[in-house]
Amino acid sequence: MTKVVDRKPLTFYERTYLPTLLEGLKVTARHFMRSVKGGNAALATGDGYYPEVPWKVSEGYRGAPYLVKDQEGNTKCVSCQLCEFVCPPKAIRITPPGPEGVPADRPNAEKMPREFEINMLRCIFCGLCQEVCPEEAIFLQQHYSLTGLTREEMVYDKERLLQLGGVHAGIQKWKHKLEEAREQESFPVKAD
Amino acid sequence: MSNAAPNAPAPTAPPPVETLRIKVDGRDIDVPKTMPDWQGRPQPTTMLQACHLAGHEVPHYCYHPKLPVAGNCRMCLVEFGTPAMDMATRKPILNEDGSVKIARSVLPYEPQTPRGAIACATPISPGMEIYPSSPATKQMRESVLESLLINHPLDCPICDQAGECKLQESSVQHGQGASRFVEAKVHKPKAVDLGPRIVLDDERCVLCTRCVRFTKDIVGDDALGIVNRGSYNTISAFPGKAFDNNYTLNTVDLCPVGALTSKDFRFKMRVWFLKETRGICTSCATGCNITIGSREETVHRYEPRENDAVNGTWMCDSGRLNYRWIGRADRLRDVTAGGAKTTWKAAIDAIAGKLASAPAGSVAIVASARQTTEELYLVKKLATRLGAPTDSVPREGEADKLLVSADRNPNSNGARLTGISYTEAGIQLPRIADGIRNGTIRSLVVFGEDVTQHGIGADLLAKLELLVASDILPNATTAAAHHVLPGCAAAEKRGTFVNAKGRVQRFLKAVEPKGDARPEAEFLLELLAGVGAGQFPATAEGLFNRMAGEIPAFAGVEWARLGDAGANVAV
Repeated sequence: MTKVVDRKPLTFYERTYLPTLLEGLKVTARHFMRSVKGGNAALATGDGYYPEVPWKVSEGYRGAPYLVKDQEGNTKCVSCQLCEFVCPPKAIRITPPGPEGVPADRPNAEKMPREFEINMLRCIFCGLCQEVCPEEAIFLQQHYSLTGLTREEMVYDKERLLQLGGVHAGIQKWKHKLEEAREQESFPVKAD
Repeated sequence: MSNAAPNAPAPTAPPPVETLRIKVDGRDIDVPKTMPDWQGRPQPTTMLQACHLAGHEVPHYCYHPKLPVAGNCRMCLVEFGTPAMDMATRKPILNEDGSVKIARSVLPYEPQTPRGAIACATPISPGMEIYPSSPATKQMRESVLESLLINHPLDCPICDQAGECKLQESSVQHGQGASRFVEAKVHKPKAVDLGPRIVLDDERCVLCTRCVRFTKDIVGDDALGIVNRGSYNTISAFPGKAFDNNYTLNTVDLCPVGALTSKDFRFKMRVWFLKETRGICTSCATGCNITIGSREETVHRYEPRENDAVNGTWMCDSGRLNYRWIGRADRLRDVTAGGAKTTWKAAIDAIAGKLASAPAGSVAIVASARQTTEELYLVKKLATRLGAPTDSVPREGEADKLLVSADRNPNSNGARLTGISYTEAGIQLPRIADGIRNGTIRSLVVFGEDVTQHGIGADLLAKLELLVASDILPNATTAAAHHVLPGCAAAEKRGTFVNAKGRVQRFLKAVEPKGDARPEAEFLLELLAGVGAGQFPATAEGLFNRMAGEIPAFAGVEWARLGDAGANVAV
């Protein structure tokens, strides 16, 4: 059922326009004067506003995804490309090592990406890469202000992602496997 | 060589078969009493085959339709029952309602526990009932899978098989969320160099012995075996024997897990990214059916595609690895005239103008038996219009007992059927060379061949007034050519090949041509129009159908009816 609301006709005072404009400017002037007198709460406490004072995000905030290293400074990513597959905006691009690629810097992990790129302009910070990662190698961290002057600059490469990502002290699965294998000295066939 | 299945002609109308009535999951089905085994010989139908006919896939690892049955993985265990019989009267025992009583198979000492049988090796019998989805069957599957996973490393993130792994698939379907196994897993050697093209990860192996059976029974090279005992079982090449025959990479396809991986494809691309295109191998006249795996215009691998009339489910290593040149950096990308880059329109107009005004008999064409049948048909049309002698270049090698043909051109029969070459390819080449030498032939058009390797040397090429070379990779002929027209690999276009046994097979386009390169058929059409040889259909389908209507050997064959398996023509 439609309810018809009658539009109230403007009064003569309202139709002259300028007085209402001045009403608005009065509000602005009032705030301006309060700031000049030191009445602004943020300035008064000395914290200031963004961007002079960066905004503190809570834990669990989904900022930019970065690659992490393990406690021994090795790349955790094994180039399984699940994040590349799951990424909805196709922001991630991984170049696998291939048959001749450099071996992983973690012993026993067999491979790591030759190149790992995230296009931060495409990234939508959904966190699916972190969720799908079987190696705990990529995390959405606290960075939210990503800027650059060119599009190319916004494609973060492996080096940059690892440098920004820092260290994640998780389970060292491959190291554990290697140690377990070394303990089995009685195994009759030794790998060359 | 005991495997007769590959290269055997397609069976004609099968004789009426004797059937048995059995029940699969409570539904009646008539199945043939015998079915072909791995060698194509009739053998009693197994429960696995019967379930397949009933539309129920029984999971398995060691069973493969083209390999002898080993029955060692136990994954295909199913619960079943047979009609109960009164031992004294030798008559079936009936239920109260008059139906035949079914005695479920149970453990002899524990009659309440179902006793499964491996479906891959148990023949069916009349009145048998198979329960492939009963709770007991499911429990058997789960237990077998749990047992197979005891020592499996579960390193799927670094395993090339992930995405096409039977163990992964079964774990999703029949596995458990968590492992009950608390002990340390047995660790076996990883990344073992098994042969020049194969890497073995012993930890991942489920000991199905498919690779052992393949290399012993199909290839006839008894190179692999299982050594050590119990949990320490490992696949190994016999001491002093290298696993280096020309079919080793088929074991990578056969391996249901990631134990055997290809050195060529290792860590190159995850399989779920690969676009699969139906292609034909171009390395010899056998014409093995392949699946081309490509991603973002890069070909990453060839895999055999099943076609029992041609290659079964196998292909040779040399053909499988013959794809890297497609992405070579020195591919011909530009249309050039006199060494300078030009456009297709300018080049075709110039060539057509020169050819159209050339006196009859002064032009010769050397085509290639690596071109598609449609292209060869168009080349023949051009030759007829110009009155030009044509030939293709023979390419011979050594044949083997399984798949490799002595003729290393994929389309020699296509060249013969279209009239490009005679029964013996290459016999016209010396005549063309003589013609150039004595000055009667002043223009030469070459497709996809380096004629300097085949009797028309650089000195002769220098005498020509017009040399047009269409090729994929640079060679001495393209270097000497006045006009270079960049062409396409088979993976970059659609078309057909006629294999050594006269089977026409079509292949589809997997990747885009590099640079300015175009499929040969495309610019041949323009060239034909330019010299006034008429209009032809612009698509591979249209061209093929037009050609099939003109050439008697192709009578009754149509592009649409070729399907994925191809059709036979008389050669």
